[in-house]
Amino acid sequence: MTVEGIGARVARKEDKRFITGKGRYVDDMAVPGMKHAAFVRSPHAHARIGSINAEAAKGMPGVIAVLTGGEMAADGIGNLICGWMIHSKDGSPMNMGAWPALASETVRFVGQAVAVVIADTKGQARDAADAVEVAWEELPAVSDVTSALAEGAPQIHPEAAGNLIYDWEIGSKPEVDAAFQGAAHVCRIELTNNRLVPNAMEPRAALAQYDAADDHFTLWTTSQNPHTARLVLSAFYNVAPEHKLRVIAPDVGGGFGSKIYIYPEEIVCLWASKKTGEPVKWTGDRSEAFLTDAHGRDHVTVAEMAFDANNKILGFKIDTIANFGAYMSLFSSAVPTYLYATLLSGQYDIPLIHCNVRAVYTTTAPVDAYRGAGRPEATYVVERMMETAARELGVSPAELRRTNFIREFPHQTPVIMMYDAGDYDASLNAALAASDYDGFGARKAEAERRGKLRGIGISCYIEACGIAPSKAVGSLGAGVGLWESAEVRVNPVGTIEVLTGSHSHGQGHETTFAQLVASRLGVPLDNISIVHGDTDKVQFGMGTYGSRSGAVGMSAISKAIDKVEAKAKKLAAHLLEASEGDIEIADGEVRVAGTDKKLGWHEVCLAAYTAHNLPDGMEPGLKEGAFYDPTNFTFPAGAYVCEVEIDPDTGHTDIVSFVAADDFGRIINPLIVEGQVHGGIAQGIGQALLEGCVYDEGGQLITATFNDYAMPRAHDLPSFNVSTTETICPSNPLGIKGCGEAGAIGSPPAVMNAITDAIGNNDLSMPATPEKVWRALRAAGGGMREAAE
Amino acid sequence: MYPLSYRRASSVDEARRLFQEASDAAYLAGGHTLLPTMKQRLAVHDVLVDLTRIEAMRGISVSGDTLTIGGGMTHAEVSESSEVKGAISSLAAMVGSIGDAQVRHRGTIGGSIANNDPAADYPSAALALAATIKTDSREIAADDFFTALYETALEEGEIVTGVSFRIPETAGYAKFRNPASRYPMAGVFVAKHKDGSVRVGVTGAGMEGAFRWHEAEEALAGNFSGEALAGISLDPGMMMGDIHGSPEYRANLVAVMAGRALANLGSAEAII
Repeated sequence: MTVEGIGARVARKEDKRFITGKGRYVDDMAVPGMKHAAFVRSPHAHARIGSINAEAAKGMPGVIAVLTGGEMAADGIGNLICGWMIHSKDGSPMNMGAWPALASETVRFVGQAVAVVIADTKGQARDAADAVEVAWEELPAVSDVTSALAEGAPQIHPEAAGNLIYDWEIGSKPEVDAAFQGAAHVCRIELTNNRLVPNAMEPRAALAQYDAADDHFTLWTTSQNPHTARLVLSAFYNVAPEHKLRVIAPDVGGGFGSKIYIYPEEIVCLWASKKTGEPVKWTGDRSEAFLTDAHGRDHVTVAEMAFDANNKILGFKIDTIANFGAYMSLFSSAVPTYLYATLLSGQYDIPLIHCNVRAVYTTTAPVDAYRGAGRPEATYVVERMMETAARELGVSPAELRRTNFIREFPHQTPVIMMYDAGDYDASLNAALAASDYDGFGARKAEAERRGKLRGIGISCYIEACGIAPSKAVGSLGAGVGLWESAEVRVNPVGTIEVLTGSHSHGQGHETTFAQLVASRLGVPLDNISIVHGDTDKVQFGMGTYGSRSGAVGMSAISKAIDKVEAKAKKLAAHLLEASEGDIEIADGEVRVAGTDKKLGWHEVCLAAYTAHNLPDGMEPGLKEGAFYDPTNFTFPAGAYVCEVEIDPDTGHTDIVSFVAADDFGRIINPLIVEGQVHGGIAQGIGQALLEGCVYDEGGQLITATFNDYAMPRAHDLPSFNVSTTETICPSNPLGIKGCGEAGAIGSPPAVMNAITDAIGNNDLSMPATPEKVWRALRAAGGGMREAAE
Repeated sequence: MYPLSYRRASSVDEARRLFQEASDAAYLAGGHTLLPTMKQRLAVHDVLVDLTRIEAMRGISVSGDTLTIGGGMTHAEVSESSEVKGAISSLAAMVGSIGDAQVRHRGTIGGSIANNDPAADYPSAALALAATIKTDSREIAADDFFTALYETALEEGEIVTGVSFRIPETAGYAKFRNPASRYPMAGVFVAKHKDGSVRVGVTGAGMEGAFRWHEAEEALAGNFSGEALAGISLDPGMMMGDIHGSPEYRANLVAVMAGRALANLGSAEAII
């Protein structure tokens, strides 16, 4: 390890501009003559559009155009798509309803756009949007999956009878049922995985510019994957052909999945920029973010696990209903199926698993991947189950897990995944030691003397990252491959630009990717630039989500570096009259091993470009590209221990300690990894204690502002105790597993296991608000008077 | 966008005059309720009359058993004031627990009292400390001032120029915050006065806004400790309910916070 290379705690190169307010976000972009868009949105959860009267709005100051869905359809703009085909267990394809960017007949969630006003200023656009008159014919709404599946529920899309999108399964139900026959104990739990609003710090935004001279579009947008955006905008929405559309995702202030998707607003801005001949900008406000960003989670699950007399798991049955909201968002169909059910084996040797998933329409905002995407939902089911079963079986939660841990690799689970490496004992032991698990009894007794209830909970999560082998996901219904691309451009002076298909929106790629190059080519970090987020600069790439940029994006860079290195060595061997195999590159020098013969790195680079003295047949220049398609998923895993103290009088939960022991494989920058874990745990604790998206029965979003939607704040959180154990990932050249989502995946069950341990009542749902805890405590016979005695 | 004038008054009289001249004016103090409401277009005014530069509405003084705070004083100024700390330390601590640092440097006592948000902290203290609300035209007892949610005894255009608190023998405050907004879901100010009377002001929980809990006052008059509250409870039918707390839960919180306030006399406790 060098001071700047792989494994070094390098402070993030990008932080200077972020911390000093010098970041360049979409809303910072301006082009001459730029106009502003404001959307007319539905106040109703479900309504037919009788008519839209824009006459008054069109006459208002500054208004250039008021555009509606009918005009979009007439211009051939396509409906939004879902890019992953799922078939129901009867073989039928998923039932997808049409989602036009501007609704012209029916709206199906509060906030759905029906028209757009383009005006000189943002204020004028908003004023005119308020003046657009829509004749609504209200239809009945339905917000939750149970009601949506009930007999006589409002029919949301004609394509999906009974609001059922698909009824999918994995595993053999008869085989699992048979295994349950021989069980010594069966544990059953019912869980809700609460719906979340992503709340990235930067709201979504788009600026579209149409150049009539070249018939060319430029779109600046808040995207995690600008190339995918360009592909979808051209191939499916017919906004512009791919070679006539440049998509730029500059600095992006957080995504958490919500900026993977292509939303109606980007499509409308592009289309409107050509329609009006003016550049059009839209920057969402926080209210629009609450109403229209794709939400996360929202599962209802019943699970049963069968154990033999030795507490070994015999089988696992899971029945889940997933709320998809009003429309199928881009990756929505994959989240509760291949990103969820395939992780239900957890860290355990489970011979048989059956999972049934029903995906359901409701009149709420669309639901899609959010930090973890299916894997937090799976971990929540598995780890609430393990802790509950341990209590029922009368064994320690750690012991029940150890009894069932997978210890031989590779391990084929019954749900597709082939775990390649891991050491679950190591992370659990590290977490138990760091949390002083054995000393909990004394702390609990001490808390009791102060009138407080202490609880401790474990969560041993696994996730699948590095998504994904393109052939594998293709066979499962994905519409795209999930490889990554990279190009390493060495300049004649030896400085280096790395062009990556990954996109950084908080992950610190400008630092970690440069560390890889520094390690391999001996160049200082300051001489390396990472270029991303612009389809005119970077070759096609797949973007950043699913903790894939280390394992997949950096592997592509590594492959490109291999080629650069080979060429540089060949050239240096020629110049130094040595054998290629004896050349080594380090510390800014290219040396012949074991001799004092050497050249500066910059001399070799310059020689490549002057081309005065190249080996026979060598092309000038030093620039190489690579595509990397992973051979397997990667499997980060770890053990989290949460300790809580509860005030029985109020039900308030104080997290007194949180320990994370993660195995992320090889770590490039421990500082950045710790930051990712801290952020993930904060989000997971937010889900467990605070965040709950609530729609009322009429489909109105009750938690539509931060006044009602509780985000975690610093003082809600303890100082985290994080550490890592390491098993190198054998499935990629760098040994990386991925770390971006682990905290959000592993922490909710740890928190809930701790609270339910403290109050002696397992019947508690997230978010565990003070009132819910207070009620659960009273239902369990606790409560202030009794506890005080 | 709509036309909006901003006028900065330098005296109470000028503020009244500017208010009356406009067709639909609003007074601007800290603006923490007014401005977000206007941004969401839930309120529309043609003129905002800024009260924060009126010298006569500034200052803090102690006279005998009375602490008087100018209506324009910010929460930061009140909470850091040695006069307030010396006279009623629990009041200083309560004010120091309002919102966050930014809120405390903009929000004012006059604005908070006049707005009468059912989840504001100040009204509970005003009730418990037998405050007198001073306006540009009269003085109103706190008991008569807070009339309903966001409603007060103030007439159209009347300005809260200051608030006088009765300095108690001892007092304490405790609140349980709403996890999202951080306003109190239940805030209880208890005060034992020098004449032996006890007053208990409750905010955040009542269906009609801040109120005095008379049953608790009677129980505490004989025994000013948490034990005296055992066995008495509030009717959930009188409590607010929302997604953060049902009426039953709020009734419980009020009882618990009353006990915490009594256990923390001279200070303020904020949970969450």
